[in-house]
Amino acid sequence: MLEAKGLSFHYGKKKVLENITFSVQKGEMLGILGPNGSGKTTLFKLISGILEPDSGDLFIKERKLTQYKQKELARIISTLSQQTIETFSYTVKEIVSMGRYAHQIGWIQGLTVEDKAIISRAMEQTGISHYSDSLIGELSGGEKQRVYLAQCLAQEPEILLLDEPTNHLDLSFQKELLDTLKMWSRDKGLTIVCIFHDLNLASLYCDRLLLLHHNQIESDANPREVLQENTIKKVYKTDVMRTLHPQVPAAQLVISPESAEKSGQEVIGEEHLHISHDYISITTNFPLKTLSSGVTGAGVGWHKYFVNRHVNKDYHCDDYKVEMNSYLENNGFLPSETVGMMTAVELEDAAYGSYQAGASSVFIVVTASVGHAVDAALSEQHPSYILPGTINLWIFINGELSEQAFLQCAMTATEAKTSVLRNRQVADPLTGTTATGTPTDSLLIAATQSGEHHEFAGTITSLGKVVAKGVYECLTEALDRRESSIKAREEG
Amino acid sequence: MFLNNRKAAYLLAAFFLIIALFLGISVGTVSVPFLTIVKIFANLISPTEIFDVDKMQANIVYNIRLPRVILSGLVGASLAIAGCSFQGLLRNPLADPYTLGVSSGASVGAVATLFFHISIPVLGGYTLPVLSILSAFITILCVLLFARRLDPAMKVETIILTGIIFSSFLAAFISLFIALTGDELRQIIGWLLGSVSMRGWVYIQMFLPFFVVGCLLLLLQGKELNILAFGEERAQHLGVQVRFRKILILLAGSMLTGAAVAVSGTIGFVGLVIPHLIRLLTGPDHRHVLPLSIIVGSGFLILADLLARSIISPAELPIGVITALAGAPVFAVLLLNHRRKGR
Repeated sequence: MLEAKGLSFHYGKKKVLENITFSVQKGEMLGILGPNGSGKTTLFKLISGILEPDSGDLFIKERKLTQYKQKELARIISTLSQQTIETFSYTVKEIVSMGRYAHQIGWIQGLTVEDKAIISRAMEQTGISHYSDSLIGELSGGEKQRVYLAQCLAQEPEILLLDEPTNHLDLSFQKELLDTLKMWSRDKGLTIVCIFHDLNLASLYCDRLLLLHHNQIESDANPREVLQENTIKKVYKTDVMRTLHPQVPAAQLVISPESAEKSGQEVIGEEHLHISHDYISITTNFPLKTLSSGVTGAGVGWHKYFVNRHVNKDYHCDDYKVEMNSYLENNGFLPSETVGMMTAVELEDAAYGSYQAGASSVFIVVTASVGHAVDAALSEQHPSYILPGTINLWIFINGELSEQAFLQCAMTATEAKTSVLRNRQVADPLTGTTATGTPTDSLLIAATQSGEHHEFAGTITSLGKVVAKGVYECLTEALDRRESSIKAREEG
Repeated sequence: MFLNNRKAAYLLAAFFLIIALFLGISVGTVSVPFLTIVKIFANLISPTEIFDVDKMQANIVYNIRLPRVILSGLVGASLAIAGCSFQGLLRNPLADPYTLGVSSGASVGAVATLFFHISIPVLGGYTLPVLSILSAFITILCVLLFARRLDPAMKVETIILTGIIFSSFLAAFISLFIALTGDELRQIIGWLLGSVSMRGWVYIQMFLPFFVVGCLLLLLQGKELNILAFGEERAQHLGVQVRFRKILILLAGSMLTGAAVAVSGTIGFVGLVIPHLIRLLTGPDHRHVLPLSIIVGSGFLILADLLARSIISPAELPIGVITALAGAPVFAVLLLNHRRKGR
């Protein structure tokens, strides 16, 4: 559809683009990226025909760009820039109608019935029909951009060029505009070439990215390949970290501020622990990185409050999350910053302890009951309704963990838990075999992410060893205490 | 806010022009009633004289009032449509042949022609308008080139400032000519301040070809001017041959301005006030602002001329004084609004 062969351009003696070669297929959405001054805008002006290359050729539909008449070109390529000059206050409809200029023949031809149909369709597609008689000056930035997009559509182009079209738009308009473009490129085969400032948006929407660096093409590939940490570091001279998008398989890059609030010297330990009849809590001064299961704050996140709440055995609530949130709020915890769990165990029976692992220390808190233990190997035989009886494990690590260390830590803790049940010969009441846990067990791994770095936390690593030991000891103690307190209650 | 019905706008403008025409012909030291004017026109059109009218009145109307009114109408129309197209092309509501220095440029050409008694044989009587037009065109090119050097973005204020600098510079030339002139002093000054008096049919004949060609060229640029209002790059993206249209519009605008200056001297602010007024009434669509500028511009200048010759009758004020008195305040208000919008 569009092909550039060895394009070069100079402003005076300053080289702006050198030997740019790429091509775009029909229906493809190509993103052009690059730091300021890398030549993005110049490339854009070359493609739209505003500038002529010093050397090299541009082909549109296999014909040289220079061989097109202005109107012919405007029937194929349409352009949307960041901002448009507005001198006089035209109405929205007048502006959209100007998109038909290239299709009008002769000097005085007006709008045909077909033109009018295309104009109103363009306004419908961009959702601006209801202000077709408004003056452009009365509209907001986002609305204006939609008007100019409608003007582009009225051109009925095969290629749409966009120069940072979302630059002045707020979040909802950015998404709306890009969703619309993506849909057109996919459903109608519209070819889109778009300059992006925002790498993450480009990653989400483009089929292919062209990264410019020092006036040349640094890479030209699919977004996940282009947006490598090392490449971006080199081109943008900025440290970035690649992370994942929670919903779609697109690379996302994040930066960390230079003055990121470091957690300092705070070491999580017994002095943070608060145990009452109602709940066990730990409150830290700064958020910890957490991997957890539970009622609130589950999954991966950053949290400051950790609450293990006692509920009666007959606790039942349809919307337990909402109930838990209001409970947390009433007790002075910010739900959005809290990992919250529930247990039917008496909190006086909780066990905890600190363990040293090299330069890092680990603090473990456990509440446990094995009333309805289950053997995972035979869990198929169990009904799916949930009976209380819970082992809640909290593992706080004063150190920095990699993502895989978090996962390995979870495995290590689970294995240690299973080991405790095996050694105590806790049986699955239904199958009679040795239980491996209970159906409602929860786990929290929270790391301060400062101090010693741990890449691994498997059972035989220095960190894994203390996690295993700590979980084993604390869980054993917690079960011992529960047994003795039940015995005491029965006797008393 | 706009007159939704464009027909109404055209009717109103036509009505205004006709009233101005009749007033212009009727009022003077010898008053000619409207009915008499109609009769005289009827006699002019029909081969046999149907109505019996006073020969002297018919003479006054045909030889003095009518050419004067027609000439002022043509000049007003030219200046208004030229101003309108300069404004659209330069995306600048303050642009006008006068503020851009085009009028001064044309004046220098005309004054030089008068001063040196230049007469190019091929052109004959057309020497004056042709040289006026030429110097008008050269001036606008110089102004634009200079403004671009000063500020590549060609901001509105830069262009106006450049126009004023050129105007002053060219005015100095004119002063020089005047200082060097002996006997023709009165003639040149009177011409400079702008007047449509005692020009006669010859001037109309001289002016008409330029008027027709210039207006036709500009009237065909309505769509392009609408699109050019969004910037030259945008216009090119939408399919306008920017360079070609730009030169065409500048040429036609300079032609009209130059010809107008050649027959009537410098008359300011018509090109500024009239298009602005029309945009307020009908919106900025050049396909309508251009023709309406012609109609309203001519009516306006006919009335201005009427005022100029009747305020201190039997003496005459220069017509440029009247248009400046009406136009300068409008210009000031426009500039203030423009500043407030921060563009």
